Amino acid sequence: MSDIQSPPVPKAPVPAGSTEREFTVKERTQWQIVVRRFLRHRLAVVSLIVLILLILLAYIGPLVWIHKLEDLDSPTDIMISASNPMGTDSLGHDMFARVLRGMQQSIKVAVIVAVLSTGIGAPYGAIAGYFGGRVDTILMRICDVLLTLPLLLVAGALVTGRGGSVLTVALVLGLLGWVVNARVVRGVVLSLREQEFIEAAKALGAGTFRIVFNHLLPNATGAIIVQATLDIAAAILAESALSFVGLGVQPPDTSLGVLVNDARSAVETRPWLFYWPGIMIILIALTISFIGDGLRDAFDPRQMRQRR
Amino acid sequence: MLAYTIRRILVAIPVLLVASMIVFTLTLFTGDPVEEKYAGRNPPVPQQTINLERERLGLDKPVVVQYVTWLKNLVTKGDFGPSIESTRDIGGELGKRIFVTLRLIFFAIVLALVLAIISGVLSATRQYSKLDYTFTFLGFIFLAMPAFWVAVLLKQGALQYNEATGTRTFFTIGERSVETEPGLFNAFADIFGHMILPTISLALITYAAWSRFQRSSMLEVLNSDYVRLARAKGLSPRKVLVRHALRTALIPMTTVSALGIAQLIGGAVITETVFQWNGMGSYLITSIATRDRYAVMGWLLVAGIFIVVGNLVADLLYGILDPRIRYE
Amino acid sequence: MTESTDITLDRSGAAPKSDVVLEVDNLTVEFPTDDGAVQAVRGVSYQLRRGDALGIVGESGSGKSVTSLAVLGLLPKTARVKGSVKLLGEELIGKPEKEYAKLRGNKLAMIFQDPLTSLNPVYTVGYQIAEAILAHHDVSKKAARDRAIDLLKTVGIPFPEQRVDNYPHEMSGGMRQRVVIAIAMANDPDVIIADEPTTALDVTVQAQVLEALEAARNETGAAMVLITHDLGVIAGHADRICVMYAGKLVEKGSIDDVFYRPRMPYSLGLLGSLPRLDESGKDRLTPIVGSPPSLLNLPPGCPFTPRCPLAQDVCEQEEPGLYPTGDPEHVAACHFHERLVGVSSSDLFRPISVDTEDLTAADLAPVDLEGQK
Repeated sequence: MSDIQSPPVPKAPVPAGSTEREFTVKERTQWQIVVRRFLRHRLAVVSLIVLILLILLAYIGPLVWIHKLEDLDSPTDIMISASNPMGTDSLGHDMFARVLRGMQQSIKVAVIVAVLSTGIGAPYGAIAGYFGGRVDTILMRICDVLLTLPLLLVAGALVTGRGGSVLTVALVLGLLGWVVNARVVRGVVLSLREQEFIEAAKALGAGTFRIVFNHLLPNATGAIIVQATLDIAAAILAESALSFVGLGVQPPDTSLGVLVNDARSAVETRPWLFYWPGIMIILIALTISFIGDGLRDAFDPRQMRQRR
Repeated sequence: MLAYTIRRILVAIPVLLVASMIVFTLTLFTGDPVEEKYAGRNPPVPQQTINLERERLGLDKPVVVQYVTWLKNLVTKGDFGPSIESTRDIGGELGKRIFVTLRLIFFAIVLALVLAIISGVLSATRQYSKLDYTFTFLGFIFLAMPAFWVAVLLKQGALQYNEATGTRTFFTIGERSVETEPGLFNAFADIFGHMILPTISLALITYAAWSRFQRSSMLEVLNSDYVRLARAKGLSPRKVLVRHALRTALIPMTTVSALGIAQLIGGAVITETVFQWNGMGSYLITSIATRDRYAVMGWLLVAGIFIVVGNLVADLLYGILDPRIRYE
Repeated sequence: MTESTDITLDRSGAAPKSDVVLEVDNLTVEFPTDDGAVQAVRGVSYQLRRGDALGIVGESGSGKSVTSLAVLGLLPKTARVKGSVKLLGEELIGKPEKEYAKLRGNKLAMIFQDPLTSLNPVYTVGYQIAEAILAHHDVSKKAARDRAIDLLKTVGIPFPEQRVDNYPHEMSGGMRQRVVIAIAMANDPDVIIADEPTTALDVTVQAQVLEALEAARNETGAAMVLITHDLGVIAGHADRICVMYAGKLVEKGSIDDVFYRPRMPYSLGLLGSLPRLDESGKDRLTPIVGSPPSLLNLPPGCPFTPRCPLAQDVCEQEEPGLYPTGDPEHVAACHFHERLVGVSSSDLFRPISVDTEDLTAADLAPVDLEGQK
C-alpha cells in the first residue's frame, strides 16, 4: 500500500491523530498499460527480439560479412561450409550474402507498403465511416473496384518494360493493399461515430477535419497499428508471390522471393538454395504476425489476462 | 430478398465496368503484344504480316474504339475478342478452365472452413490451454508461409512418399492424367487423386487466417449475455456451445469466407502454377506474359463475376443466418 | 455490545430447517488481475426461506451481482470462490458443471439485467422459452410450446400465440425482460434471483416488469432475491433487505427496520440521498461524498471509513462484524450503530451542493449527534 497515489478525494473528518487513508491503485497512462500488456505476451516479446535481430542481421550483416553480394569466389554448389553457412549456387555466389541482401529488399518493400497502405487507407476509411450515406457508398464502391483488380495484372502492367525496383513493387502492393486498412478503420469509426464524445465534440463546434483527425483516428490507433503490422507480414508474402511469377523485384537486384523462385527447379537437387530464403520469409512473417497479435491483445480494452 | 439481390447485381455492373476500363488501360502499359509475339524470330517477320496481325487485333484503331468494340462484341455476340494465338478461342478456353479452377477453390473453401471452425472453437473453449497454443502456433506458421512454399513442400513430400512406398499415391502434376482407365468411377478417382495436394495446400493457408477470426468471434460470443442466460437455463454445456455460441459465432465467418474468395483466386494462381494445372491461374500468367490483352480482359470479367457472386451469396447467407438483418 | 462477532440472528427458533431454500454462508469471491487479487465478495451470508422476498441493495461494484453469479455458478473460470452455498441442503460450490446444469433453470433460476443482450437474437422467443422446458423435462415440442404460450400470458404479454414466434429484436425492452422472466419461471424453480431486472428499462416499463415478477412469484411459489440499486423498487417488492458495501453485507433486516430504523451510516446515507415526494422540498438532499473503495487494496478496518461522518480510530483498525440491534433479525455492521438510534440522514450528513472533488475537511465538520437530539 506504500506507493499508491490518491486522486483528489475529499478528506473525511477524522479526529486528530488518525492517518490519511488511501484506497486507490496506481494510475497509468494508456500507453503504459498497452506496453505492460504487450510485455506479458511472451511469444510476442520473443518475436520482437528475433525480429530486431533479423533486421540487424540484414542491414549490418553485409557490412561485416566476408563475402559480398556479387563475389564469385566461393566453390560452386556446396550445401554448407564455414565460410558459406548457407551454401553456394552454381555460379559461386555465397548464398548467405544473397539472402541478407534479399532480406533487406523484402523488408524495405514491406515497410513501404505498410506506410502507403496505412497512410492512404486509414484517413480514407475514417472519412467513409464518418460521413456514411452516399459518400460511404461511393467510397466503398471504389474499394470494390480495386478489389476486383488482380494483383498480378497490376504488377504485370507496371513492372514489365519498366524494370521492377523495390519502389515499383512496393507501389503496386501499396496501391492495392490500402483497401483492407480502409475497411478496418471504417469499421472502427462506424462504432465510434455513435458514441457521445463525438456528439459532444460536434456540439462544441468541431469541424469535420478536426473530428476525423483529432477524435476518430486517435481512437482507432490500436486497430491501425495492428493492421499495419499485419500489412507488413502480408507484404512480405505478397512480394515473394509476385517474384515467384517473375513480376516482383527484377534482376540484378534480388529479394527473398526472387531467390526462392530462382531455386524452384533445384528443390530436389540443391535444396539449400530453396529452403534458406524460404525460411527467412517465414521467420520474418511469423515474428511480425506474433507481434501484431500481441499488439492486438494489448490494445483491446476488454481483454483481462489474469494470472493463473 | 429478390429485390435486394437484383439491386446488388445491378450495382455490380458498373463496378465491373469500371474495373474493366482500368484493366484495359493497364494492359496498354504492358507493351506491344505484336512486338512480343514476333520478337527475336529469325528470319525476321515481314512487315506486312505484322500489319495484318495488328489489324486482326484491332491495334490500329484508337484506344477508345478498341475498348468499345470489345464491349460491344462481348455483350451482343458473347465474343471475347481475338487472342494473340489466332487459333485460340478465348471464350472457349475460359469456359474449360473455369471448371478446373472452380473445383479447386470450392473444395479448398470447404476444407478451410471445416479446419477453421474446428480449431477456432477448440481454441476458444479451451483458451490458454496447450491445445489452444498448439492450434494458434500452427495457424501462425501457416499464415507466415507463402502460398508457393506450402505447395512446393507438399509436392516434395508427396514425391518422396511416392518413392518410398513405390506407388503413385499422390499425383503432383496436372489436374488429370493423360490416360486413364475407362469408366466414370476411374475418371472421378483420377480427378480426385489429382486434387488432393493442391486443395490441401490452398486450404492450409486460408484456414490459418480464418481460424484466428473464428477464435476471436467465438471468444466474444462465449462471453455474451445470451450465452450466460443459456447456461443459466440449465442447458448442457454442449448444447450451449453448439446451439448458442457456435450458431451466432458463425455469422461473421460467412462474410470473412466470402471476402476470401478473391484471395483464394489469387492463391489458386500460385497453386496451379506449382502443380501445373491448366486452370484460370496459369491462363492469366501466360496471357500477361504474351500481352494477350483480350484474354486478360476475359479473365478479369470471369473472375470479377465470381467475386461479385461470392459476395452476394455471403450477404444473402448472412441474412438467412441472422434474423435481425432482413433485406427488403 | 461492541464485540466483533458475526452473528446472524435466527429468532424464529421454531422454524423447521427444511423451510430454508437457499443458504449462503461466508461466501468469498476473488478475481486475480494484473495488479493483484480483487476481492469482489468478502464473506456474505444470508438465508432465504420459502416464499421470501429478499432485496439486496448496493452501489455498482459492491459485489451484489457477483454474489448471485457465484450462487448460480456462472462466474468465469478464473474466479476463486470459497464458502458455502446450499440449495435445499445441497452444496453448490464445487459442483461439477453437468450436475450444476441440472439445477439451473430448474430449481434455481436467474434473471439478468440487460434484456437487449440476454436473449439470443437468432432464435424466436418461443424457442428460447421451450428450450428451458425441454432441457429439464421430457415432453413433446408441442407441449413445450403450449407451456411457453401460457407463460407469456402469465407475464402479461398480449397476444401470446403470435408473440411466441417473434424474434427478440421485434419486441420492446420491457417485453423482452418479461420473456426472460417467463424463461426463469418455466420450470417452477424454488429460487429466482433477479439481478437488476429493471435498471435498463424506463420507469413506466419498470412497473410492468415488476408486476410480471410478482406473477412469477405467485405462480411458482419461489423465493426471490431481488438485486437492485433502486430503493424504491425494494420498498415495493421485498420483505427483507440486505445492504451491501465493498463486498460485504453491512446491514440486514426487514424493510421497515432498515428503512425507518437504519443502524449503519451507509444505509442512512443511501436513504438520505433519495429525493422523496412526501418531504416537500424543505430539506436538502444529503448525498454521501466520495466513492466506494477499490477492492484491490482494501486496508483493514471498515471500508466505509473515509466517507463516514462517525469515523473513529477503531473504525480504521477493526472491521465491524454484524452487530445485533434491538429488533429481531436486524443486524448492522457499525461499531457505533447504537448512536444512530432515532437519527435521520440530515442529522448525520451535510447537504452538499458543490462538486464532491473540491470538498475540504471544513465542509465535512464532524457532527454532534448528542446536540442534535
